[in-house]
Amino acid sequence: MKYLGLILSNLKRKKLRTALTALSILVAFVLFGFLAAVRVAFSQGVAVAGVDRLVVRHKVSIIQFLPASYGDRMHQLEGVDLAVHATWFGGIYQKPSNFFAQMPVEPEPFLDMFPEYILDPEEKAAWLATRTGAIVGRVTAERFGWKIGDRIPIQATIWNKKDGTRAWEFDLVGIYDGAEKGTDLSGFFFRQDYFEEARAWGEGNVGWYYVRVKDPDQAAQVAQAIDAEFANSPAETKSEPEGAFVQGFANQVGNIARILTAILAAVFFTILLIAGNTMAQTVRERISELAVLKAVGFTDRAVLGLVLGESCLLTGIGGLLGLALAWVLITVKGDPTGGAFPVFYFPIPDLVIGIFLVVVLGVVAGILPSVQAQRLQIADALRR
Amino acid sequence: MRSNGLLVDVKGVDKVFRRGAERIRVLRGLDVEIPEGEFLALMGPSGSGKSTLLNLIGGLDRPSAGQVRVAGLRIDNLSNRKLASWRARHVGLVFQFYNLLPVLNAARNVELPLLLTGLKSKDRKRRVETALSLVGLSHRLKHYPRQLSGGEQQRVGIARAIVTDPTLLLCDEPTGDLDRKSGDEVLELLQTLNTEQGKTIVIVTHDPHAAARASRTLYLDRGRLSEEPVE
Ligand SMILES: Nc1ncnc2c1ncn2[C@@H]1O[C@H](COP(=O)(O)OP(=O)(O)OP(=O)(O)O)[C@@H](O)[C@H]1O
Ligand SMILES: [Mg+2]
Repeated sequence: MKYLGLILSNLKRKKLRTALTALSILVAFVLFGFLAAVRVAFSQGVAVAGVDRLVVRHKVSIIQFLPASYGDRMHQLEGVDLAVHATWFGGIYQKPSNFFAQMPVEPEPFLDMFPEYILDPEEKAAWLATRTGAIVGRVTAERFGWKIGDRIPIQATIWNKKDGTRAWEFDLVGIYDGAEKGTDLSGFFFRQDYFEEARAWGEGNVGWYYVRVKDPDQAAQVAQAIDAEFANSPAETKSEPEGAFVQGFANQVGNIARILTAILAAVFFTILLIAGNTMAQTVRERISELAVLKAVGFTDRAVLGLVLGESCLLTGIGGLLGLALAWVLITVKGDPTGGAFPVFYFPIPDLVIGIFLVVVLGVVAGILPSVQAQRLQIADALRR
Repeated sequence: MRSNGLLVDVKGVDKVFRRGAERIRVLRGLDVEIPEGEFLALMGPSGSGKSTLLNLIGGLDRPSAGQVRVAGLRIDNLSNRKLASWRARHVGLVFQFYNLLPVLNAARNVELPLLLTGLKSKDRKRRVETALSLVGLSHRLKHYPRQLSGGEQQRVGIARAIVTDPTLLLCDEPTGDLDRKSGDEVLELLQTLNTEQGKTIVIVTHDPHAAARASRTLYLDRGRLSEEPVE
């Protein structure tokens, strides 16, 4: 600890250079934090997908419909515990950039299928009692400042109404929370019977099904059994675990995680060069001072430690402040898209990786200069 | 304290430097004995090897051949690590250009060698204050080197050299960068340390005036020492 003062004084030697280096490290770690949050935002569905849930969709593509009658047939198959359907509504609230998912569902079985959506019993009762009722996740409700009792107008893009208009209106009867941190709180769900009655076309069709299996170990067999049941019909199905389904969706967006990792690698390589250069410069300027330290009795290893400590302190200040700032911005300011991401938080494992990276960066940036300092011959160095 | 015992014993020392393909033999079979409590001045032309010899005695460098003994211990074949801790305990160094760390104030510069001891912060502080008051700089504790005159900086350098109470004080042209008045103050100080504290001191100097303060002067030329200057 008594050497900490010495290390700190050396960092204060060129305040501007230290500040700029620390700042570039800080920026890199803020970026690190945001990219980690964006990555979970894209992949969270995969992580939180129920292991006992399958998604059954049209074999050709997700945008083709399945008959509503498939639900009953699935319930008769061995191993199927529950099957519920959902349909993509794709409406616009005020302007297209206010994106969030809306789907008509059947309230009771739907809430049974997704126990991670926590809805107050009174709100649930209100939903069951209100034909035009809808529930929404906490994130989207806060994004638009909706309160229970509000009337939510949504402009359809796919589903015209029988009266020829596209203006749908729903009564907000409930706001659900998540059982876990990763739970998607962006969805908007309304009643299938209201949808069925009011839509101008597509009666008797639904978008896809969620199927809960009795035994997660049997999920693959159940998926095969479902696809076999509807083989050779006009609407053949493709069943897969919910995680794979969500992943496939994420893959269409592009291999986000890989792109982000590549960006991050480039950023870290750059700050490694910056920090390494700063450390190399500071050692070069201080050759005779390091020699004096050795002359008064500091061992070669102690001098190595001082330089390495300085490097780690430099990256530590920048890196930890950066992670802290990322944490604050992500937690307090939240989703930069204003709610288009289903979840947005700084995952703890990434925070740990970040701290680990701070240390690695400090060591790697400091290793060459500190070995140079260690090898310094006193008599030579004092002559310079 | 042993009085008038032999403190430094240099025997048959060679020092060869390589400069590219060229080999420069700076010291040739050099012998010197320095009794405890002596104030020795080393003179000689530029490039004659005075600093080189001082470095060997202080354990900053190793001879190419021969032996260096200080207080009975052969230091020329100690490991780097052992030599470093030997220096910390036994040698105080004073340089021509002071070589203070610009980022530390006077007190922290003087404290530097004490960081290597097991002393507590409070004890270190007391020793630092004592050393700085010995060199007459009690009022400059918090000053940084750039806020001090050359003479004051050199006195901080001397305080740093004596704060651990070393066996041997080695000064390489301590007044070389100072005006006459500051130089005299520094020499006065060294002389006091010698006579009142019994410190064994070796100074390298070009200045006969400075050498006159020493108890003995040796001249280095063509790799050897002699009692008389050679033209
Ligand atoms: N590390 C080194 N590598 C090569 N040559 C060296 C080295 N150190 C010293 N020399 C050479 O050894 C000779 C003696 O150098 P030294 O510094 O001991 O002389 P000096 O008597 O102290 O001179 P000055 O009075 O100018 O300080 C010089 O020729 C010098 O160039
Ligand atoms: Mg010299």
